[in-house]
Amino acid sequence: MSVWDDLVGQDEVVAVLREAARAAHAGATAGMTNAWLITGPPGSGRSTAAVAFAAALLCEDLVDPGCGRCEACRSVRAGSSPDVTVVSPAGAYYRVEPMRELVARAAWAPSGGRWQVIVCEDTDRMRGPDLRWAAANVLLKAVEEPTARTVWVLCAPSTSSEDVLPTIRSRCRHVGLRTPSTSAVAELLVRRDGVDPSMATFAARASQGHIGRARRLATDEQARIRRRDVLALPTSIAGVGEAILAAESLVSAAKVEATELSEVRDAAETLALRQAFGMEERRRAPTGAAGALRDLEAEQKRRGTRVQRDALDLALLDLLGFYRDVLVVALGADVELVNAELADAVRRLARTSTPESVLGRVDAVGACRAAIASNVAPLLAVEAMVLALRTG
Amino acid sequence: MLDTGPVPSAPSLDPLAPVTLVVGPEELLASRAIAATVAGIRLADPGTQVHRLRATGLEVGAISALAAPSLFGGHVAIVVEEVGEAAAGIVDELRGLIAQPADEVHLVLVHSGGARGRPLLDAARASGAPEVPCPAVKSDRDKIAFVEAEFRRAHRSVTPGAARALVDALGANVRELAAACSQLVADCEGRVDDTAVERYHRGRVEASGFDVADAALTGQAERALLLLRHALAVGVAPVLVTSALASGLRTLAKVGSARGGTKSVDLARELALPPFLVDKARRQLPGWTPGGIAAAITVVATADAEVKGAGAGGDPAYALERTVLAVASARSTSPPR
Repeated sequence: MSVWDDLVGQDEVVAVLREAARAAHAGATAGMTNAWLITGPPGSGRSTAAVAFAAALLCEDLVDPGCGRCEACRSVRAGSSPDVTVVSPAGAYYRVEPMRELVARAAWAPSGGRWQVIVCEDTDRMRGPDLRWAAANVLLKAVEEPTARTVWVLCAPSTSSEDVLPTIRSRCRHVGLRTPSTSAVAELLVRRDGVDPSMATFAARASQGHIGRARRLATDEQARIRRRDVLALPTSIAGVGEAILAAESLVSAAKVEATELSEVRDAAETLALRQAFGMEERRRAPTGAAGALRDLEAEQKRRGTRVQRDALDLALLDLLGFYRDVLVVALGADVELVNAELADAVRRLARTSTPESVLGRVDAVGACRAAIASNVAPLLAVEAMVLALRTG
Repeated sequence: MLDTGPVPSAPSLDPLAPVTLVVGPEELLASRAIAATVAGIRLADPGTQVHRLRATGLEVGAISALAAPSLFGGHVAIVVEEVGEAAAGIVDELRGLIAQPADEVHLVLVHSGGARGRPLLDAARASGAPEVPCPAVKSDRDKIAFVEAEFRRAHRSVTPGAARALVDALGANVRELAAACSQLVADCEGRVDDTAVERYHRGRVEASGFDVADAALTGQAERALLLLRHALAVGVAPVLVTSALASGLRTLAKVGSARGGTKSVDLARELALPPFLVDKARRQLPGWTPGGIAAAITVVATADAEVKGAGAGGDPAYALERTVLAVASARSTSPPR
């Protein structure tokens, strides 16, 4: 099975990357570039594309790189290749110090393969809370003039100057992923994860092309229950007290989801560090261990905040999808509903509200997302939103 | 500035004990106890060498080196602060010194209370070391007692009203309170009363975000503004004001939507809130309508974004003033719903 198979509905991008990998193996100068920018909506497979490309560059099959069977392909996909580094921001933002280390690493020669590939996820998070691109500017020189055998692959939601530093963008070759179609995502879920076809179709439609989210919805019943609870909000909240309680349960559901996502990873990291200090064998902590553990904890906490915000944002996106459906029905547009299983509730709400009031609620959800992004206490932001959804 | 009082009161303990413990979270009392102990040792030997160290970041052996007998003799006082945070090696070293005290060496171990480093304290206690407790001065009652003790120390007296007024004005910080007491002792004659306190400390009020929120939620716009100004002036962070307002309104909304007849205790359990908050919300509820609460929460959410830097160039103090006024008026003028 080739490394390109996980990249669904992206034939153009696959063709470009494949051609570049072939050129790289043939030693041709045309067709291959050392700095790439992969854009696409969240969940469309930016990181998957980046890793597939990295595997193809290191692949042992020189004629059609990316076989997926050789040692190199397998180790890259398992995340154990020494020549492929995938970085993502530790907290809500990339920080400058780790970036400097990354730039130093970029100057190394590949250890085994022909290339060293460095993948940076979410370059939009290289912009700090002060709206300056401190972390991105550290990368600039390294991306502009990479070492001959180093390939940078940056991933961003779009090429807008909100998502990637313009001076970085202009130094990269750009490929754009599109939102994969419902049928393509459903087909992937059935083929790769063995999901039941009707469940796969539901998950693909409900996640609006976000592959990771679709997979989670298809395989995790708790995630489906949480989504159902969120989507009950627009039709069930009448009183102020109810709204406040609903906001609380929305935020705490996101917290639970975030904890589920981080706890395994956090525990593994802590265990690894304790082992490195020999604390699992001896009871007494050596000098420096307590400090290192504290640093790790602080880092995990920062990451936890981010995971929690992301989980909340997904819930808000589900809400937006619902109001989109209401608007679709209210305007009589002939397109598929995201929430086909909630068609009754959608129609009822469409009958009792005007397109203007629906748009007002869409704005309220958008305002809530913006408020959380600018650090407003999540509970307070969600409370204000739920109250607006109610009054409208 | 470190005002440890005019004369360190001589502790009833033996300052020449090989180990003295100073235990408790109140820094002012701890620094007084240290000063008193060191002064006591100096009384016995004016040439005493005094070393002050922090147990954190200390190298193993450093304390022993200081405690080693000197060629010229003489007393040595070693004050070790933050022994609760000491690394294992340091703790072992201190234990050794406690077990085998050297002549003319006096250890003063300062511990900020709490469970960390307990075994070391227990070892010292077992060796018969005298201990000076430095309990936290937290509640208003503690603070008033503290003020009265301060005046007693200076052989002066204070009226209950004056003590109360001092605590109201400066209660947030025990050091400031102590400084104000010694200032009053120096500046006034006879018994210190309300007029004296008022002369020096009038118009100063300690206000927290919660005080501001309480005033706003009971519709007292003027008082809320006044408290807000005081709170900002004494360094309360703007986000604490918005979060206090938000949590107050949140409780109001929850309690307000509950059935009238429910007992506070039961309602508190149902809403997972402390009962006193439920009672407070019930007192604040008259005058509020659901629509008013909703409007107020929306305003506070906007303000929270503003004090955190949205709306570039914004002035947090102004944003808060507007918010406090809007919340107070949402109470009276809110449309019924």
